[in-house]
Amino acid sequence: MKTMTRKTTTVAALAGAALLMTGCELPIGIETEQTGYRGLGMEQVTKRHLEAMKRSGMEIPEPERPAAAAGPRAGDIYENVKVLGDLNISEFNRLMNAITAWVAPEEGCNYCHTPGNFADENVYTKIVSRRMLEMTYTINQEWTAHVGETGVTCYTCHMGNPVPENIWYEDPGFKQAGGFAASRMGQNLAGTNVASASLPNDVFTPFLQGDEPKNIRVTPRTSLPMGDNPYNLVDAEWVHGLMIHFSVALGANCTTCHNTNNFPEWQTSPPQRVTAWHGIEMVRALNNQYLNPLQPEYPDYRLGPTGDAPKTNCATCHNGLQLPLDRAQMLKDYPELNRVNHRGAQPAATTSAAAETAGDADAEAVEG
Amino acid sequence: MAEYQNIFNRVQVQAEPEAGVPLPNGDRERIGKPLLFYWAGKLGNAQIGPIYLGWTGLASILFGLMAILIIGFNFLAQVNWDVIQFFRQLFWLGLEPPQAQYGLGIPPLAEGGWWLMAGFFLTTSILLWWVRMYRRARALNMGTHVAWAFAAAIFLYLSLGFFRPILMGDWSEAVPFGIFPHLDWTTAFSLKYGNLYYNPFHMLCIAFLYGSAVLFAMHGATVLAVGRYGGERELEQITDRGTASDRAMLFWRWTMGFNATMESIHRWGWWFAVLVPITGGIGILLTGTVVDNWYLWAIDHGVAPSYPIVHPNVEDPAMLQGMSQ
Repeated sequence: MKTMTRKTTTVAALAGAALLMTGCELPIGIETEQTGYRGLGMEQVTKRHLEAMKRSGMEIPEPERPAAAAGPRAGDIYENVKVLGDLNISEFNRLMNAITAWVAPEEGCNYCHTPGNFADENVYTKIVSRRMLEMTYTINQEWTAHVGETGVTCYTCHMGNPVPENIWYEDPGFKQAGGFAASRMGQNLAGTNVASASLPNDVFTPFLQGDEPKNIRVTPRTSLPMGDNPYNLVDAEWVHGLMIHFSVALGANCTTCHNTNNFPEWQTSPPQRVTAWHGIEMVRALNNQYLNPLQPEYPDYRLGPTGDAPKTNCATCHNGLQLPLDRAQMLKDYPELNRVNHRGAQPAATTSAAAETAGDADAEAVEG
Repeated sequence: MAEYQNIFNRVQVQAEPEAGVPLPNGDRERIGKPLLFYWAGKLGNAQIGPIYLGWTGLASILFGLMAILIIGFNFLAQVNWDVIQFFRQLFWLGLEPPQAQYGLGIPPLAEGGWWLMAGFFLTTSILLWWVRMYRRARALNMGTHVAWAFAAAIFLYLSLGFFRPILMGDWSEAVPFGIFPHLDWTTAFSLKYGNLYYNPFHMLCIAFLYGSAVLFAMHGATVLAVGRYGGERELEQITDRGTASDRAMLFWRWTMGFNATMESIHRWGWWFAVLVPITGGIGILLTGTVVDNWYLWAIDHGVAPSYPIVHPNVEDPAMLQGMSQ
């Protein structure tokens, strides 16, 4: 009898230990795909429940009905149309409807416009969205090395939210005692940007904006010290923090972009690393050229704790997926987005007949 | 078989606590009234105390306390004296060494000064504890094996936080104090110096570490397995046939053709354990001082194979664009 009890206890203890060792996650529904030469751990790990969770709020909106091919230009009809003036009014209104559905489906037109006076320029959201249209155009024209043919639309980041879910501000962190108390040196708190590691918390400020962003390449490229590597361990911690953000933002492993036997080596890296490199360059350019300069336009409640503008990082578009929106080809349905232009700046060869007058029933005076 | 029928057993005999052998002249007395604690007996000896503190022990505890207080109060200051956050963030909080710009000089308190001070107090505390360990062993007319094993661990500790930073020329290379911060330091160390797994001393260190665990398991299991024959009386049995020791040796000789002796197994264990921090410390000292990228070093010396290129057209885009990030 006593032996029985002891055996039961042992079995229970072993089962308990096994459960403890698997942590909070059952080892089921985890898939591993080999992505490189055998024996190097080059693999992509996906967890089914996570994949489902990441897509739970993701719905690709149906494309708006195609616009009429001809019609008077929006810039000739409506007042204050500054970047979409070359679209004909049918295309223009189609895009306006789409933007409303993408960015402010609940708030509607009035999120960016004064009711009754759509030409009014005093709504900050209108000024911002105009700049965002230009940004979208730039991304699709100049950053194909990162966004490919898929490109981006407003919906890539906004996904039905007036403010995209994943944006960042400069983060001074928790208030800490002053005087001669030891500084945290920007790290050593459970950092939301770095998957709760105690690595440097605000990894975006030094790396993803400014004219001279912090260097990411800290690992020596020679086996022996040459005395020319100015970086130290702390720099490596900052880079590590940034890389954790990449990983979380894309649902990717280190090995998605790196052969981890030698992180800095390009020759043995998967091609995704090149795409990611252009992504880093792109994010820096967008923050510097588009998002930071908008700072004076925002009301205080849209600014960060240090008064800075909301900015983009990898998660803003990727939202946990390696291919944003699972590569939904939305831009293809909206050629209007590729015709963002300050009026007059583009060569005059546009399709719509400029001479046509406004016999349109559209009473709304919308502009973009 | 009932527990008491095994010569080597867990039965606790409760009797008058043992005071210990007389101490040499000039030594303080052991202090504290010894007590017998049943649950301590489940883990080890049921008797707690008396303890010998002496001036090295006292000084060690005081210095150690200083270090812990410096670290702890700085943690508290880092969350603006918020006790709840102190406990929430306890595993994340850290006391960082001075940044590179201060070299090996003395930085302001807020920028690493406290780290230097805590390091000084902690090191003094550890060294004093080593002296105490050495002297207690001599006082009992024992060998000093334990003290030297501890010294091996101290060598690794000093390599990480003292010798290597001095060789590198600045304190910023040293390990911060803190639970997760020191783990992050470890990862960053490997990332910065081209993958520590290709450091042969790291390899040796791991081999000795795992080896220690295996040897400890083998020895522990063997002695327990011959407990019914009085296996704990290892040495007095090794010359006789049919004893616990003889059976234990036969078992291993039959299963793997070779056996350690009841004497040598302890040397195996001691050396394996001691070589963990010694090889590890050497690996640390060579990193960044003699070798900058361990993977490339391993390629140079035929330690690591070169693998086929799976994606042939991947090139550094910064080189193509003539810019760097």
